[in-house]
Amino acid sequence: MFLVDVILSGLILGGIYALIAMGLSLQYGVARIMNLAYGEFTIAASFLAYVMFTVAGVSPILALAVAMPLSFALNWAVYRVLMTPLVRRAKSPGALEVDSILATFGLLFVVQGILLMIFGGSYVSYSYLAVPVQIIGSTVALNRLLAAGLAVAIALALTLFLMRTRIGTAIRAVSVNPAAAPLVGIDTTAYAAFAFGLGGALVAASGVLVSMFFTFNAAMGVVFTMKALIVVIMGGVGNIFGALVAGLILGLAEALTAAFLDGGLTLAVNFALFLGILLIRPTGLFGKAAR
Amino acid sequence: MRITHPSRRAVVGGIAAAALAAPQVRAQPGPVKIGFSISKTGPNAGGANVTTLPNYQLWLKETNDAGGLRLPGGQRRAIEFVEYDDRSQSEEAVRNIERLVNQDKVDLLLPPWGTAMNLAVAPSFNRGGFPHLASTFFVERQPELVKRWNNMFLFLDRPSTAITALTDLLATLKDKGLGNTVALASVQDQFGLELVSAARAGIARAGFQIVMDRQYPPGTQDLAPIISEAARLKPDMFLAFSYPPDTLALTEQARIAGLNPKVFYTAVGTAFPLYKQRFGANAEGVMGIGGVDVTNPRIKDYIERHNRIVGREPDRWASTTTYSTLQVLTQAIERVGIDKAALVRDIGANSFDTILGPIKFVDNQRVDQWWVGQWQQGEFVALAPTKVGGTKAPIFPKPAWPTA
Amino acid sequence: MNAKDWIVPLAILAAAAVLAPLPLVAGSYWMALLVNVLMYAVLATAWALFSGPTHYVSLATAAFFGLGAYTMAFLGEKLPLALVYPVAALIGAVIATIVGLSTLRLSGVYFVIFTFGLAELVRQLVTWAEAKYGGTVGRFVFIDVTQQGIYWMLLGVLVLVLLTGFLIQRSRLGWALKAIGEDETVARHAGIDTTVAKVAVFVISATFMTVVGAIMAPRWTYIDPSIAFNPIISFQVLIMALLGGAARLYGPILGVVPLATLFEILQANFPNSFSILLGLAFLVIVYFVPSGIVGLIDQGRDVLGRAGRRRAHPAE
Repeated sequence: MFLVDVILSGLILGGIYALIAMGLSLQYGVARIMNLAYGEFTIAASFLAYVMFTVAGVSPILALAVAMPLSFALNWAVYRVLMTPLVRRAKSPGALEVDSILATFGLLFVVQGILLMIFGGSYVSYSYLAVPVQIIGSTVALNRLLAAGLAVAIALALTLFLMRTRIGTAIRAVSVNPAAAPLVGIDTTAYAAFAFGLGGALVAASGVLVSMFFTFNAAMGVVFTMKALIVVIMGGVGNIFGALVAGLILGLAEALTAAFLDGGLTLAVNFALFLGILLIRPTGLFGKAAR
Repeated sequence: MRITHPSRRAVVGGIAAAALAAPQVRAQPGPVKIGFSISKTGPNAGGANVTTLPNYQLWLKETNDAGGLRLPGGQRRAIEFVEYDDRSQSEEAVRNIERLVNQDKVDLLLPPWGTAMNLAVAPSFNRGGFPHLASTFFVERQPELVKRWNNMFLFLDRPSTAITALTDLLATLKDKGLGNTVALASVQDQFGLELVSAARAGIARAGFQIVMDRQYPPGTQDLAPIISEAARLKPDMFLAFSYPPDTLALTEQARIAGLNPKVFYTAVGTAFPLYKQRFGANAEGVMGIGGVDVTNPRIKDYIERHNRIVGREPDRWASTTTYSTLQVLTQAIERVGIDKAALVRDIGANSFDTILGPIKFVDNQRVDQWWVGQWQQGEFVALAPTKVGGTKAPIFPKPAWPTA
Repeated sequence: MNAKDWIVPLAILAAAAVLAPLPLVAGSYWMALLVNVLMYAVLATAWALFSGPTHYVSLATAAFFGLGAYTMAFLGEKLPLALVYPVAALIGAVIATIVGLSTLRLSGVYFVIFTFGLAELVRQLVTWAEAKYGGTVGRFVFIDVTQQGIYWMLLGVLVLVLLTGFLIQRSRLGWALKAIGEDETVARHAGIDTTVAKVAVFVISATFMTVVGAIMAPRWTYIDPSIAFNPIISFQVLIMALLGGAARLYGPILGVVPLATLFEILQANFPNSFSILLGLAFLVIVYFVPSGIVGLIDQGRDVLGRAGRRRAHPAE
């Protein structure tokens, strides 16, 4: 049953990676904002869940109901207030990329600074649903399983939403060709803001869920941003399903490496895999041709 | 940035002290400027904020509340801190120290957090002749370093010493039914690797057998693969040379996977109050690096003061050690004043009375200290080495994890 | 070259001649500040050699910087110091050639994150190899190089990188790079060997970065992979170069000097709210200095130029 253990733990880890990355996939894929402050929002949501749980005894699952709408609104506002001027003045996608990197780099420090002021730099951790569950003879932690399961559910629901609904179609149109979308009557900025906000809601979901088992502090946002960037790019920009697959591949690779090769090489294998896939497919697993 | 906390009590206390010392009343000199650079942000912030910064603040407040640092003549001078954030980058730490020494003209320096940061600033401390009382500094090559920098005093002994204490303790448990299989896990950085390589040798000496020896990159929090392998092997001992986030993750995974060895040891973070808060009754019997003599009233008093002034409990390894460095400094200043060279001489030659008991240096290295602790009824007590005194008998075997 | 062409190189040398004697008068703190400025000046200028004209945004700076630092840590006590720097340069050049050739098909954000992933891969591999074969991670660098020594070396390298950049701009290579930046496909059709042009400049840029790493390592006494391959270095270089303006040779320096000064002022005065203030400062810069410092200068020059013309030709 060893192999089952390994594969299962790999898939769960992969699901968590995908969960962390899906919001960014939406924010970058549709709204074209390379959000370097992404991980700070993840950590902010983790802190929110932590405070709600330790102070008021609110379960993190219920905290989702608070964190997700809040983060949606916040991210929507960030796009409207901070990003729209940049989008307006950008003469090319490249110029927007540079501007958004600079602006969100600033935002990263602001959010991190606020978190540091409120929570200090100490590690924080709490325990919720840390109970064993048996699956095909293998024991896993319920909280991790839940997070991974929700990642899959969110990915599928979002993919359906983007494929089957009118709003989804409009979002995809903005994502594929922001210049042409207005020609067919789509308010690009409104949809981009909506997508950015939706990405924000997903960030909050991931932050709340990982707080159930991760030890974190105010300085750890960057870790999430970097993980998310790798997953998003590997999956193909703007492709939620791609992010899920990329996350699962990385998680599996990490578990297999730890079990059969050398635990010290897990991250090296992950990065090598990422680079290798880009060398074979320069726009990621499911990416469209280069822009 | 200058921060002083001259509370009213301090002022009153200062006046009272001055009145008592009336014969020598002279114009009150300005405060003693003490500078430090520390990681308030970046990856090191987690460690610095738990073990170092709170103790600096505690010391500042208590000393100034008491009227200031006592000097040889009985006169007191308040402390003024000049503090900077190195953002967890060596280059910033070096520059901060240059600024402290050359621009702010501080009288004394306190060390940064962590081995790498202490090494980065060591040449600057040395050039300025500042006593360098390093508490979060832990590397095998220490003897060579204190030869290079004779102003450096190391409050932690070497990794191999820590391991000897651990394996000696484990060897004594053999008669009590401890089997001989060991599973090892270690974080892949200087700290984890030096400990694990010492551990391999120590385990061989003690006649145990290593059945698993796994490493993971720093920052890894998903340790299910390592724990499930260990759970399958059912070792008698599980020893992990880990950092706080992974220490918590390993413990949680072990509990989930039902990994129940007779000895369960994790390194940094085990002695954190966070550990107890997170695991509660599950912490019972877990061993880790550090430990204190909880029956010592001075430790109890220290914990109480830390709790009251900083607003949270200190950890039971690096916090207590860091606080002891400040006690050493205070006592040396009382003897020789704010004279850097005299302080270095005094610290090297004398014995100091601290919350950790008497501290004395042999070749700038503090020798006797607790290396293995264990959670026993909500307290992280010292177990070994027993020759230091103040240790308790281990709870053995570690009780199985209670159900959540 | 006619007389006018000598202006830039002479200006570079003149500026260096002014800066060279500073260690004789400046105190230790000011030297520390200058070393920091020079380090980022070289890195950002080297970064912009490649990324400026081609618009390929690279986050691999830390990879090469770290390789240089590790070269010094490995060889510093084994080889004569003067030899270590060329060896570091060689290692940087070789690795950069491999990287350059392998990234040819990538563009846009894929290139950005690829280079980031690359730096992380190098860091992980170094960590693993050190653990496996060295027994510990982290190396002591006990090499006696004074702060002044580091300053002069960095200043020398800065002169070199500026002169190199000047020569590239004037050469066919510079022209080819600009064509690539405008439209790579068109450039290829126009008969430009884009592969050679891109890889050549990428290698030159990376070589300078590697040498900076080798110069800086002794200053920190101790390096480990998280210090040597710190991704913050990559991001900071990118931000400084972009803020200054990567399109001009002197642009990145115009970003480095004010930003390094800003960092220093904030760090020295607001140790507890550094992050927030830095972040706000960045946002202000992005919104109010949209095309970098170089853009500001150009605007200013336009305004002055127009005013000047108006004065000269009042009828206009």
